[in-house]
Amino acid sequence: MSHDHDHHHDHDHSELSETELRVRALETILTEKGYVEPAALDAIIQAYETKIGPHNGARVVAKAWTDPAFKKALLEDGSKAIGTLGHVSRVGDHLVVVENRPERHNMVVCTLCSCYPWEMLGLPPVWYKAAPYRSRAVKDPRGVLADFGVALPKDIEIRVWDSTAETRFLVLPMRPEGTEGWSEEQLAELVTRDSMIGTGLPRKPGAPS
Amino acid sequence: MNGVHDMGGMDGFGKVEPEPNEPMFHEEWESRVLAMVRAMGAAGAFNIDTSRFYRETLPPHVYLSSSYYKKWFLGLEEMLIDKGYLTREEVAAGHAMQPAKALKRGKFDLANVERVMVRGKFDRPAPAPARFNIGDRVRAKNMHPATHTRLPRYVRGHVGVVELNHGCHVFPDTAAMERGENPQWLYTVVFEGRDLWGEDGDPTLKVSIDAFEPYLDPA
Repeated sequence: MSHDHDHHHDHDHSELSETELRVRALETILTEKGYVEPAALDAIIQAYETKIGPHNGARVVAKAWTDPAFKKALLEDGSKAIGTLGHVSRVGDHLVVVENRPERHNMVVCTLCSCYPWEMLGLPPVWYKAAPYRSRAVKDPRGVLADFGVALPKDIEIRVWDSTAETRFLVLPMRPEGTEGWSEEQLAELVTRDSMIGTGLPRKPGAPS
Repeated sequence: MNGVHDMGGMDGFGKVEPEPNEPMFHEEWESRVLAMVRAMGAAGAFNIDTSRFYRETLPPHVYLSSSYYKKWFLGLEEMLIDKGYLTREEVAAGHAMQPAKALKRGKFDLANVERVMVRGKFDRPAPAPARFNIGDRVRAKNMHPATHTRLPRYVRGHVGVVELNHGCHVFPDTAAMERGENPQWLYTVVFEGRDLWGEDGDPTLKVSIDAFEPYLDPA
């Protein structure tokens, strides 16, 4: 994604979609009226592109897998525990971490819009914000999991967390077997974004990343 | 409002289709829309609940046929016109024609960018003790306000159990309408899947919502 604002004006307008023209017109008006500085908008986009993402969540999960005291603190108060980790401390308040166990699988949705733990996972993917997931996750989560190629035991409880307020939910997946003695860095490589939403499972050791 | 945005439990939207190696933005304009929404919100033109309400009030056919950031754009434009920050004439002309309206927190410039990247705080001092305790059985009210609410239709009238208490938070129903933060206790309330979806529902399913105290009655 380009951060160069000025290159827009090199294009012939006939190449641009109606939406693109309207968005550009709005930015022009907001700039001319002195509400926003285009360079500040560039900086917001750059920050989203570089500072947030599932690597933050993966680091938290890997630490919880190796450090029982941290895991306990994380499940008690997610925001507070993550705040102790230094550079992934900008999580904000109201983060709730929910733990997958052999008898219970957690899955997170926002049926009303797109609430998602941005700081931990980055901006949500299109499917998370789209009607099929939002409509079905609370009624037929096993069907949704099948769309992701995930099949869970028939008797395991499925707990779906609908993010209807400013609380945000992060799933702590189960640590894969065969990872005894692995470092946090190695473990973090197994933690996928979808495993922290609950629509996937962590990679197995030796599986392609 | 009973809008088309309230999708929980609706049928017919088809399969979930994950996109391998999905880019953060599919078009550059999407990133400009995201940045404008964040910037104008941080400058004080609107709060997050108001911005949600404007997206929800898009006509259902527009809501369903627009991409995510298109909805953000349409909601933003309408909201800024309604709040007096720009006019339809300016939008049509693509240029400023009227004097600016003062922003609560001033122009959004580079010095403000860091602020946008830290999530806002929504908890507030409690004006009254919590009405419910962990483990209490509660019924989600059968309520249908025409304005913004965060109580999804699929739980209304159903009984659940209070599982977590998150403290007092800004109440979206009033904040969205600019009638004040009106802090309310916020609880995670968990429902049995079969209570929501009937006997054909998945017997292993439990669904929780985060419910503000005014959404709940004792059961």
